[in-house]
Amino acid sequence: MNPELQGRVFPPTPPYLVGREKVREFARAVFATNPINHDVDAARAAGHADVVAPPTFAVVVQESTLAQLLAEPDAGIDFTRVVHGDQRFTFSRPIVAGDELVATLTVSSVKTLGAHSMVTAESAIADATGEHVVTAISTLVVRGDE
Amino acid sequence: MPAATPDFDALAVGDVVAERTFALTRDSLVRYAGASGDFNPIHYRDDVAASVGLPGVLAHGMLTMGLAVQPVVDWAGDPARVVDYQVRFTRPVVVDPESGAELTVSAKVGQLDAEAGAARIDLTVSFEGATVLGKAQVRVVLR
Repeated sequence: MNPELQGRVFPPTPPYLVGREKVREFARAVFATNPINHDVDAARAAGHADVVAPPTFAVVVQESTLAQLLAEPDAGIDFTRVVHGDQRFTFSRPIVAGDELVATLTVSSVKTLGAHSMVTAESAIADATGEHVVTAISTLVVRGDE
Repeated sequence: MPAATPDFDALAVGDVVAERTFALTRDSLVRYAGASGDFNPIHYRDDVAASVGLPGVLAHGMLTMGLAVQPVVDWAGDPARVVDYQVRFTRPVVVDPESGAELTVSAKVGQLDAEAGAARIDLTVSFEGATVLGKAQVRVVLR
């Protein structure tokens, strides 16, 4: 992997509009049964503008930034050798249906451990007003030849 | 109706606040693939999984991460109370085409931050008697 990737900031992704049915679909897929994930009235009663996405929904928005990283011509990342090492989400506020989200990827670290490389990718996700919503941080391990 | 918020002052480090078992099937993996957009075929095709040396079709790591936090969400009463969530993927979950895979989640208080009214909940997620996530920590704000 190219060590010069460290510190690189990618262009913001096109806006992702969070749909109510997408939130419900994702919630069903992760066994989220809380009414606030599914029912608009329950979400509003709890003080939210619309149904609240499960915490890991941010990965759907983050995904396009990881695609940017893997497609970077000089990155030297063979995606067939990529293993997901760590994942973290740090929220300023939850994602709710109706949000229009833009993600900006920064490669925060590139390390080599023997034959393997590790890249840490931080995707800062902001809403239409530019306010921070959540940062999704992935560490990807790229297996080298043993 | 949404559950009541747990009483922060009644919590102690080491308390088990939630436990749950999840039965994963191949259907669960296809559903998660569609919902998340992660169509890597190692999560639904035995031949592709075998060709890259895997012991079988694996659950998406992000599916395991996604479901493991749900007992905490239900205990806290609102998904918005989760302000930070991290895991390390340490062991794959092989999902048998017939019998599926059973995951158990136990959520325990790891640390209490009285100033912020926040708890760090540590998750133990097990499959076939071994843990599949490391450093699985959820920060939950309870007031």
